Amino acid sequence: MDVRRMNKASIIDIQGDVTAFAEDVLMSAYTEASEGGVRVIILNFSGMDYMNSSGVGLLVTLLIRVNRQKQKLLIYGLSEHYRHIFELTRLDEAIGIYATEAEALAAGNSA
Amino acid sequence: MAAPSNDHEPLEHVEQSPAVVTRNSETSWAPRISTLTVTEVPTGAVNLNVEGRRVVSPLQGFGQLWQKTYRIRFEGVQVTPQEVVSVWKAHFPEFHPPQNRFYPSIAGMRPGEVVLINASVQGLPVDAGVMVLYADDESFTVMTPEGFPEAGWNTFSAYDDDGVTVAQVQSMGRANDPIYEISYRLFAAKAQERIWAHVLTQLAARFGVQGEVTIDKVCVDPKVQWSEAKNVWQNAGARTMLYLVLTPVRWVRSRIRSRGKA
Repeated sequence: MDVRRMNKASIIDIQGDVTAFAEDVLMSAYTEASEGGVRVIILNFSGMDYMNSSGVGLLVTLLIRVNRQKQKLLIYGLSEHYRHIFELTRLDEAIGIYATEAEALAAGNSA
Repeated sequence: MAAPSNDHEPLEHVEQSPAVVTRNSETSWAPRISTLTVTEVPTGAVNLNVEGRRVVSPLQGFGQLWQKTYRIRFEGVQVTPQEVVSVWKAHFPEFHPPQNRFYPSIAGMRPGEVVLINASVQGLPVDAGVMVLYADDESFTVMTPEGFPEAGWNTFSAYDDDGVTVAQVQSMGRANDPIYEISYRLFAAKAQERIWAHVLTQLAARFGVQGEVTIDKVCVDPKVQWSEAKNVWQNAGARTMLYLVLTPVRWVRSRIRSRGKA
C-alpha cells in the first residue's frame, strides 16, 4: 500500500485484497500516513481486488484508532458492489464515502 | 470430502481434497437489505426479536468494543480448511451447547439467510437471531440485529498453519445496550467464552481431534457509547421475558376470538 501526502490529508492507496492478512500492512500504512500530525486519512479503494468480512472488521479497528487520534477517515474509489457492502454493514454511517479523490480531498480540507 | 457421521462420532478417515478456494464477492456477501425478514420458521423455533430489525455493526452498539479470537489446532489429522468449514456450515447448530438452540433456514448458512436463536443466558431465555453476512469456502460471518446482546459479527473460519489446519471463531462486537454491558462485565463475557470454546471443541471432536482452545482478547475501544444507550428499548432478553409473561393473555385473547367466530 502506498501512502501519499496531499496538504492536510494523507491518502493510502489500497492494493489487492483486504482480508485479515492485510492487517499489518494496513496498520503500518496508517502509522506512516499519520506522521506529522495529519488530521485527515483517506483510503483509496480503486486498486482493491477483494474484501471479505475480516477486511470489514479491519476497517472498524482502523476507524476506532482514527477516532481516538481525533482524525477523520474518508474513503473513495469504491465499486458499486462494495459501496453496498458499506451500507449493509453500516460503516457508511461513520465513514465519509466519496466518488473521487478530488471530492474526498475537498471534504477533508473543509473538516 | 468425508461426511460426518450422524451420531457425532469422530471421523476415522478424511480424504484430503485439493485446496481449491473459490471466491466471488457478488455471491459471498448478503444482498443489501433495510430490515431482516424471516421467510420460514423452522419447526420448534421461536421467531422473536428478528422480524423488521436492522442489523448492527460494532459501531452502533453501546459497550466496550472487544475482538476475541478463539482457535483450535487440528493436529494429527489430514483435513483441509475448506472441509472443516463445509462441515461447520452444514452442522452449525450441533456444535453448540444444548441451552443454545440455533435454527438455520433450509438454505443453511448462506449469505442473507436468517438463523433463529433460542438461547438461555444464566437461565433467562433470549429469543433472537442473526443474519449470515458473508460466506465463502473458508469462512462465514453472522451479523447481529438490534436488540441482540452484542452489536457486531462473528466470523467462523479455518486456515492452514504450516501444514496444520486451524479452526477459528473471531467475534468483534460490543454490548448493544447498558443492561447487556453490565451483564457482560459481571458474567456474560465468561459465559460467551465458554460457548465458543465448546463449539470449537465439538467441531474438532467431529474430526477425531482433542485439542486445547486458545483465546486472544483485545479491547479495541474501551469507551462506551452513551449515544447508543437508547438501544435498551429493543433489548431482546427483556422482550422475550415480556413475551413469556404475556403468554396467558395471548391465550385468553385467542380463545375469545375463536369463540366470536364460532
